Amino acid sequence: MSHLLDRLSFFKKNVDSFSQGHGVVTDEDRSWEDGYRNRWQHDKIVRSTHGVNCTGSCSWKIYVKGGIVTWETQQTDYPRTRPDMPNHEPRGCSRGASYSWYLYSGARLKYPMVRKRLVKHWREARVLMSPVAAWKSIVEDPVKSRDYKKVRGHGGFVRSSWDEVNEMITAANAHTIKAHGPDRVIGFSPIPAMSMVSYAAGSRYLSLLGGTCMSFYDWYCDLPPASPQTWGEQTDVPESADWYNSSFLILWGSNVPQTRTPDAHFYTEVRYKGAKSVVISPDYSEASKFSDLWLSVKQGTDSALAMAMGHVILKEFHIDKCSDYFDDYTRKYTDFPFLVRLVEQDGKLVPERFLRASDFLDGMGEENNTEWKTVAIDEKTGDLVLPQGSVGFRWGEDGRWNLQEKDAGNKDTKLQKTLIKNSDAVADVAFPYFGNKAHDFFAGTEHDEVLMHKVPVKKIATKDGEQLVATVFDLFVANYGVDRGLGDKNCAKSYDEDAPYTPAWAEGVSGVERNKIIETARGFADNADKTEGKSMVIVGAGLNHWYHMDMIYRGIINMLTMCGCVGQSGGGWSHYVGQEKLRPQTGWQPLAFALDWARPPRHMNSTSFFYAHTDQWRYETLEADEILSPTAPKRTSGSWSNSMIDYNVSAERMGWLPSAPQMDVNPIEIAAKAEKAGKDVKDFVVDGLKNGDINFSCEDPDDPKNFPRNLFVWRSNLLGSSGKGHEYFLKHLLGTTHGVQGKDLGEMGGQKPEHVKWHEDAPEGKLDLLTTIDFRMSTTALYSDIVLPTATWYEKDDLNTSDMHPFIHPLSQAVDPAWECRSDWNIFKGLAEKFSEVAPEVLGVEKDVVLVPILHDTPGEIAQPFDVKDWKNGDIEPIPGVTMPNIAVVERDYPNTYARFTALGPLMKKVGNGGKGIAWNTDDEVDFLGELNGTVHTEGVAKGLPKINTAIDACEVILSLAPETNGEVAVKAWEALGQATGLDHTHLAKPRAEDKIRFRDVQAQPRKIISSPTWSGIESEHVSYNAGYTNVHELIPWRTLTGRQQLYQDHEWMRAFGEQLCVYKPPIDTKTIKPIIDEKPNGNDQVVLNFITPHQKWGIHSTYSDNQLLLTLSRGGPIVWMSEVDAAKAGIVDNDWVEAYNTNGALVARAVVSQRVKEGMAMMYHAQEKIVNMPGAETTGNRGGIHNSVTRAVTKPTHMIGGYAQLSYGFNYYGTVGANRDEFVIVRKMSKVDWLEGPYEDPDLKEKARKEAAE
Amino acid sequence: MDNFFFGIYPYIALGVLALGSIIRFDREQYTWRSGSSQMLRRRQLTIGSNLFHVGVLIIFFGHLGGLLTPLAFFDWVGISHGAKQLMAIVVGGAAGVLCFIGIVMLLHRRLFDPRIRANSSFGDTSILMLLFLQLMLGLSTIPLSAGHLSGDEMVKFMSWAQGIFTFKAGAAAHVADVHIIFKAHLVLGLTIFLVFPFTRLVHMLSAPVWYLGRKGYQIVRTRKQSS
Repeated sequence: MSHLLDRLSFFKKNVDSFSQGHGVVTDEDRSWEDGYRNRWQHDKIVRSTHGVNCTGSCSWKIYVKGGIVTWETQQTDYPRTRPDMPNHEPRGCSRGASYSWYLYSGARLKYPMVRKRLVKHWREARVLMSPVAAWKSIVEDPVKSRDYKKVRGHGGFVRSSWDEVNEMITAANAHTIKAHGPDRVIGFSPIPAMSMVSYAAGSRYLSLLGGTCMSFYDWYCDLPPASPQTWGEQTDVPESADWYNSSFLILWGSNVPQTRTPDAHFYTEVRYKGAKSVVISPDYSEASKFSDLWLSVKQGTDSALAMAMGHVILKEFHIDKCSDYFDDYTRKYTDFPFLVRLVEQDGKLVPERFLRASDFLDGMGEENNTEWKTVAIDEKTGDLVLPQGSVGFRWGEDGRWNLQEKDAGNKDTKLQKTLIKNSDAVADVAFPYFGNKAHDFFAGTEHDEVLMHKVPVKKIATKDGEQLVATVFDLFVANYGVDRGLGDKNCAKSYDEDAPYTPAWAEGVSGVERNKIIETARGFADNADKTEGKSMVIVGAGLNHWYHMDMIYRGIINMLTMCGCVGQSGGGWSHYVGQEKLRPQTGWQPLAFALDWARPPRHMNSTSFFYAHTDQWRYETLEADEILSPTAPKRTSGSWSNSMIDYNVSAERMGWLPSAPQMDVNPIEIAAKAEKAGKDVKDFVVDGLKNGDINFSCEDPDDPKNFPRNLFVWRSNLLGSSGKGHEYFLKHLLGTTHGVQGKDLGEMGGQKPEHVKWHEDAPEGKLDLLTTIDFRMSTTALYSDIVLPTATWYEKDDLNTSDMHPFIHPLSQAVDPAWECRSDWNIFKGLAEKFSEVAPEVLGVEKDVVLVPILHDTPGEIAQPFDVKDWKNGDIEPIPGVTMPNIAVVERDYPNTYARFTALGPLMKKVGNGGKGIAWNTDDEVDFLGELNGTVHTEGVAKGLPKINTAIDACEVILSLAPETNGEVAVKAWEALGQATGLDHTHLAKPRAEDKIRFRDVQAQPRKIISSPTWSGIESEHVSYNAGYTNVHELIPWRTLTGRQQLYQDHEWMRAFGEQLCVYKPPIDTKTIKPIIDEKPNGNDQVVLNFITPHQKWGIHSTYSDNQLLLTLSRGGPIVWMSEVDAAKAGIVDNDWVEAYNTNGALVARAVVSQRVKEGMAMMYHAQEKIVNMPGAETTGNRGGIHNSVTRAVTKPTHMIGGYAQLSYGFNYYGTVGANRDEFVIVRKMSKVDWLEGPYEDPDLKEKARKEAAE
Repeated sequence: MDNFFFGIYPYIALGVLALGSIIRFDREQYTWRSGSSQMLRRRQLTIGSNLFHVGVLIIFFGHLGGLLTPLAFFDWVGISHGAKQLMAIVVGGAAGVLCFIGIVMLLHRRLFDPRIRANSSFGDTSILMLLFLQLMLGLSTIPLSAGHLSGDEMVKFMSWAQGIFTFKAGAAAHVADVHIIFKAHLVLGLTIFLVFPFTRLVHMLSAPVWYLGRKGYQIVRTRKQSS
């Protein structure tokens, strides 16, 4: 009744006692307990999930009371699996369970916010000026623009209104398009699969403008380049349920229980079922305790270990004794039987490119694409044959692109893998060796840089005369140093000999005992032999974030392919790093990139972009010569001693990589200029490029003409999480306080780039406007000019898929967006509306010239066979789409941006839809959407077209157009693929032809998607999803040069850098320690450690790193792990504040001193936000620093290759990657912890005061 | 004037104290807390708070016992008024010094630590200032009291306080002629009673002192709903 009256029972509240008076029973008011009961009450439950950056895609119940989310728990209503297979549920982890904290926390963004200094200028300007003119007046005034740019990251936000910020943003966009070009409007958003409509909202807006959408997978260094190199596939992996089908599981550089928590139960369950497990990880990770055997490898030397295991497998299962299964598998599904030319170079024979049909006078009877049809020998007849399925059969013809054992003439054939029994000679062939490189922290071995091996060869008459050839298999075995009785003195006779790549050799390099290497390799292969491929390797960021990640991965892929594991249930390569599978991808793409209105969209690979525009290239310490192969061929023109950015420039010019901004002219002005000159646009551009009137932006990224101007960041924490070279971002892109401590090449007197213009003074503050859309005040938001508050994952309707399971999930609007938040869809819709209003001030219908690189999975991908020729060097003529990027003219109807944004455009009917090289008609689906969503009635460009007004409308567009969610489309897609392969695949989708998954369906229960040719696995009642399954079981070729798993890379640049076959390469030397180690003493001892940033336990990247619940579970702030030995060396004890620094910058954190960590490395969990419990760094004097304050991206030339079958560009498919594991830091205890709680000091005023004082 | 401040105001203050506390306890249970800022910064608080609390508790119970114990009791025990006053000055003075050091530390922290200041409400800061002022007034009565050690002045306050609590008309007259500092001390004290229910001071009423004498280590609550 009354709390007080109820309490007035003080003297009679004890009613009983027990346990000899040690316990009492009380009768007192218990209504206070209702406080807790009410906390967990709810009046409805809504299904939703968690979006970026978690890729788990787990189904959750969201409890709502009175319009407020009260809590969440895991859903347990997944469709059942088949008998003898554990169910998927419950999925989820402590991170997701704490998400609802964010909604009503202090971290939540509630109102549109804008930098005070900027809005002051804006409001002043807007009194007299129209929006675009107002924006122009601010950014073109150097005083005004510096005024707000220099305080980025120093607070100073004020509340604004949606009307005002939308007007500012769109005015900025319109001005940028008019003054510089639409490609200067940039958008960065990652992982579309985890809230695909939210991603699509922004990318649709940008694409309608002609803005640039940035890639993320490569930038995050989660893209494994080895996958496109080997399979022509970005990444395709088994679902986690397939772990349960494995009987030998290696976890290599992956920490499943910690970072794939919702899936880890399958790992536990399969251990109970009897599977053997080996965990390979330098530290004693959470996964290590699951293992039968833990191999503590020295970080970064994993490829040495993989090579040694490959050595054992080859010797014991292919050479000394041959497994029938392995023999059959590698013959059919790898490039082992294909012939490679051996050519003389500097007096030595080196393996060169694949033999092609075009090497013969008659093209071996073929006319189409003879340069792209690879050659092998038939085992029975000994004749040269052209096996079906190579990339030459894929384009320009039908019916022969398959993996049947048939030759071009449809005759049965059995390919010969080795020439050892009928060779014409045994030749000495040179192989590069990199394990002898000197490095301060990685021991080199004493072997020669060129290893001569004996290889059986054939002499073949070609149109250019007699040619020596060898099979890939024979080269492969020689490269592994496996002895075949050919008297090869560089081959070891026993495992104990120290010759590359024996177990004894690997023991020296990796620190893993040889008997454990042998035991693991033998067990792995033996299991695969007995089970036909049920050996699996789960790989992770621990491997893929090294500079030479492709060598580590190819070493492992070699093991898997040698053992016939790829494409077999329970086997294969399981790469779960930033993994995302946008399952209904082909339905999503038209929506996301506005392909329904204009094609092509502008895409950019972020690593090259940020490398150039944050000026990280100006500080490059890695020279090409350090990684060049001793057997490199001669370059067609120029030398290989180029800077990394030079390689990138060449790649952009040759159409290999995309460009953004593209050229030093405004692309919407080119068409008019061409017309004036009386030329076709393409000719005008080509001529301009040739005579130097027009230049690629990449050739001068520091010229204001080539600056990126507007940047949208949404669903991302670019500056707080993924931005390698954080301090360079702050300095050059943002122009604010930064902690760069090193000198650039100009100051150092280093070798400057050859193809890029050098400016003595690097620009600072290239970006005019940084707009961040988030639900919380992240580090990126803090550095932005405008911050827009978005709906959380419980406040919007969206879709979510993962590659960890085959279900499609909804994000649902359980409650309205709190405060003034809006969903991403509505934010960009609002921007589109405002843009249509604002833009006509300066823009109308414009012709935009778009450069498109040569794309993978298009007929153009077979553009540049044989040697590399750069038109700029005069090697060849510039021909769009062949020797340089394609040139397309796209009409931008700027005043109709909103009408276009909200309707499904006419191109879906005119051109149709498709993906990954196949296309189909989509008329029925468009008509269906018109009925489902309704059609536009208002007069104008969109009249009669299906509406896309709401996020649910957008979901329905995706679901209707995609084969994965619309059975009818799936059948059409398989039919289209059947055209190319000449085989019937429709049986994979026909049983579900009538299925249509709609948004309300997935809200009711997660739905399993339908098998589609977009992916290489199938959804079935009999097998779990496994990558490569349809290649092996449906005989669909891999999308590579030979159509097989490509273990030999014959591109000139691959050969130049010694990666035609897998080799061990030690980590690169980033040289960031020596220049600074003695410069800034603080009196404490220092220790130099390898800086490793594994995925964390208490967050998904930076998300949750500011969440109170998880901060409470962890140490509540930034931490760095180190070993007891290293800590003792530097006099550090647990929980000390330490600083880690190098020339890139500095960070501070508390030390966690643990036996878990291997000596020589420091581990800082990836992306702990700068915004919680973060003091200043002693060396820089700035607040904290994040993990990326001590990193800098270093690009690799082999990742730039394009125009070459599987080595062609695709958005998030191939390109440079942002590696970061090779970095070292100096760690020491801080002598003073300064929380920097004083007010902001203006650097300009400080400088002025300093000058005055000096006078 | 005197009649209002020492005859009527005490009833207003005590009435608001009692009624306000009851209403707040019944209606605003979640606001019934001490509002500690220990989470935000620890060291200065730990020392300051302990000194302050030790001092203030001695002073509080000293005042309570000293003012409300019937005169007859002291006579019966045989403590002279002078001795009682001397004891009050010595013990109260010592406690006052502890309390003073403590409150200065707390006030300094409250006002000059940016993190604490940003997290302080008007109530948090002003009640601390009121207490500080009251303590200053209390300490400044010591020289006055030391001037006439007979204890007669103190009897006036006892008579007044007991008069108020026993609803005797004309209680105000007892303190009509005391020094202005005493008067200010009394008025401010009553004001603190007045604002008590609106501040964090309410935690005094919930201090879990009975834990000290509780029986049994395990406590089980009956499921039976009490009334």
